Amino acid sequence: MDVNLKVRRYDPETMDQEQSRWDQFRLDMHPSSTVLDALIHIRENIDATLALRCACRASICGSCGMRVNGEAKLVCKTRIADIAPDGKEIIIEPMGNQGLIKDLVVSLDPFFDKVRQIDPYLKAASEPDQGEFIAANDAMENLLTAMNCIMCGACVSDCTVLEVDDKFIGPAALAKAWRFVEDPRDDARTDRLKELNDAEGGIWDCTRCLKCVEVCPKDVAPMDRIMELREMAINDGNTDTSGYRHTESFNRSLKKHGRLDEARLAVESAGYTNVPRLMDLASIGVKSLIRGKMPPIKPHKADESHKIRALFNKVESEHKP
Amino acid sequence: MYRHDLLIIGAGLAGLRAAVEATRLGLNVAVISKVHPVRSHSNAAQGGINAPLTDRGDDWEGHALDTIKGSDYLADQDAVEVMSSEAGEAVIELERMGVIFSRGEDGRLGTRRFGGQKVARTFFVGAITGSAILHVLYEQALKLGLNVYEEWFVTDLIVEDGRCVGVIALDIKSGKLEAIWAKAVIMASGGAGRVFEPSTNAIICTGDGLALAWRVGIPLMDMEMVQYHPTTLDRTGILLSEGARGEGAYLLNSQGERFMHTYAPEYLELASRDVVSRSEQTEINEGRGINGNVLLDLRHLGRELIENRLGYLQEVAVEFLGIDLAKEPVPVRPGVHYIMGGIKTDVDGATAMPGLYAAGECANVSVHGANRLGANSLLDTVVFGRRAAVHAAEFIETVENGSGSQEHLKATEARLRYLLDRPPAEGWATIRNFMAEEMTKGIGVFRDQASMESAESSIDEVADRVEKMSVQNKGKVFNTDLIFTLEMEFMADVAKTIVHGALARKESRGAHYRTDITERDDENWLKHTLVYSDDDREAGVRVETADVTITKWEPVRRAY
Repeated sequence: MDVNLKVRRYDPETMDQEQSRWDQFRLDMHPSSTVLDALIHIRENIDATLALRCACRASICGSCGMRVNGEAKLVCKTRIADIAPDGKEIIIEPMGNQGLIKDLVVSLDPFFDKVRQIDPYLKAASEPDQGEFIAANDAMENLLTAMNCIMCGACVSDCTVLEVDDKFIGPAALAKAWRFVEDPRDDARTDRLKELNDAEGGIWDCTRCLKCVEVCPKDVAPMDRIMELREMAINDGNTDTSGYRHTESFNRSLKKHGRLDEARLAVESAGYTNVPRLMDLASIGVKSLIRGKMPPIKPHKADESHKIRALFNKVESEHKP
Repeated sequence: MYRHDLLIIGAGLAGLRAAVEATRLGLNVAVISKVHPVRSHSNAAQGGINAPLTDRGDDWEGHALDTIKGSDYLADQDAVEVMSSEAGEAVIELERMGVIFSRGEDGRLGTRRFGGQKVARTFFVGAITGSAILHVLYEQALKLGLNVYEEWFVTDLIVEDGRCVGVIALDIKSGKLEAIWAKAVIMASGGAGRVFEPSTNAIICTGDGLALAWRVGIPLMDMEMVQYHPTTLDRTGILLSEGARGEGAYLLNSQGERFMHTYAPEYLELASRDVVSRSEQTEINEGRGINGNVLLDLRHLGRELIENRLGYLQEVAVEFLGIDLAKEPVPVRPGVHYIMGGIKTDVDGATAMPGLYAAGECANVSVHGANRLGANSLLDTVVFGRRAAVHAAEFIETVENGSGSQEHLKATEARLRYLLDRPPAEGWATIRNFMAEEMTKGIGVFRDQASMESAESSIDEVADRVEKMSVQNKGKVFNTDLIFTLEMEFMADVAKTIVHGALARKESRGAHYRTDITERDDENWLKHTLVYSDDDREAGVRVETADVTITKWEPVRRAY
């Protein structure tokens, strides 16, 4: 089949850091070929200077993460017929948020530094005298979602928070943290939750954009894991965070008014005693007022807000402990 | 200058297990790997890890006998005894480190049955057992603060006064060549599937460690024993785990018959891998295949079991073939998967050279003999990886560091310069493709004198072409063209040892099945082949033999 690839090239030995060039390749490939097959074909037959990582060819080693048409993918399991059946141009770029080494090869350090940050190993206070830990199969199978993570970096590449804040622990490492918090054999759950809650770039920095869930090639759904961590952290008594206050304020406002009370949400999330943050908000408030963007101080009730309240009551009664 | 007590080449299961042990023993350890540890090919082991756990009624002798029978009596029985008797502890230890093994209703580890074994003793994590264990061992490495040379490529072993004292290696990211000195080196560099095409192996499985050891005079043992896995995908060679048959999947021919009834009436689809692969190939050769394949049928297992216990298989089938395993059978064929042969070691991983140890797929202890049982490779890595570290630690106490001389580095620099400055000629890729196709033709599921001699002449041609091949990429940073060229040199050596091992063995045993000599010959060939590098011979190799160690299981006729 006719394949048309546009590949971003960068060579640190001949280019400045911000430079790059595009190379175009037209190939004739087997109909069931993957994007990786095409890149290997280029490397072996057309341009031996093309740098990329790959190993297993079967979506288990996590080497070949890169951006295909703007989105992070494992190219070994991206079939050309599925994304460009008619020879349409396929754009290949290195992954984002990880620093570039050459062509499609990014640095592994940003990814694994974040993994190191979460104490990524089982912490059991004691071991059984004999044999294995006894644990319910359901509890262990539950962990497989996160255990499926092959550390390919796709979620980190396309994380919209990491794009603006490299302190964020990020989707992959937080999903890994979830795996230990949920492990019935691990005895550091409370410490882990507190650390993830308090850390700069911790669980409250996710903006829930869903990008990591979309791009993860192994269905780890890191954002869902982060949301579960938030809930577990709150239930474990970690309530002194703007994230928790935001959640509570959001909840109260919706229940009471059937819509969001944005002014109150901002203030309550900051906390009434958080003077520096309130000063910030005040200046934003003034600017909003001048531009006519200030949300109403006393929120309007949504039409039929009683229906929303009924929903709240129903859910809350079902989840009574 | 880089100096360590112990340097481990390879960061898969054998390498990381050795590293964890050596670190616990207080050594200054480093691991060097051409890929990041979690990219290692141990990832691709799917189905499980064997262990006869005595606390649930199994006994290690049972596992040992199944392993020895599986090996077609070529395994050294003292080595198998070590592996089987240490297996339980090794697997329990992995669980305690954090591996999320599948469990039974009682909350204890659950098993599935694997090929060539009488009972279910294979512990597993869905169909990602290797990956799950590799990631946990890497977690332990992070916990211990293990020093890892990530993405460094070993070009040479440093040998002084007949002792291995370090390596010369290329930092792939910078292109810088360095000497790394160590009082002992453990080779844990994995297999060599890329010598063939197709193969289940990753692109990185190029037999580097096999060739490095062979070049410094260490014999490679039983290299003709190349395992063809019964269920691999056509064209790409991608693996579908034996776990599928372990869970009850059928093999069908074009008439829809479960043909294993003919070949292995007792074990059926769960006969040993050499037997199942030969059966499939016979069906295909006799016209009962479908475009060179047979069918692996999981439909009767039901969607729930497939998705819960074989999730990764379903992912591969859907994503690579567009086949839903719950609805359709999948075409499979025998494909090169594993090399039983390797660097000859004793049960402590020691090779013929002081200071050099080997463990995992690159080593041959020998516990797999002429045919490895499924789920014994992971076991091999953790048992013998640990033992190699323990023994190396004792050895390290008795020796001083190497000289630190610059000469070794200069010699390699000159060799690489010569390679990079060669006049333009063909690159490594066309040679690799030629070699791999010829090897698959000549050293197949079935082989004979003519096919092996044909492979021999192709390999001689490969050696000539390798002498002239040139590197197109002259850059320093991430120059994979240079790396692959060096790998091609390694593969040419490994191919040579395979062909000469195969030509030497005048019988059929396990994976080495000759259609011109179909019987096993215990009288003359209950022996290991040892292939040495020998510049005095025209072929550059010398083949010797060594006796097989028999402890208590006398060789008998093998049937499944």
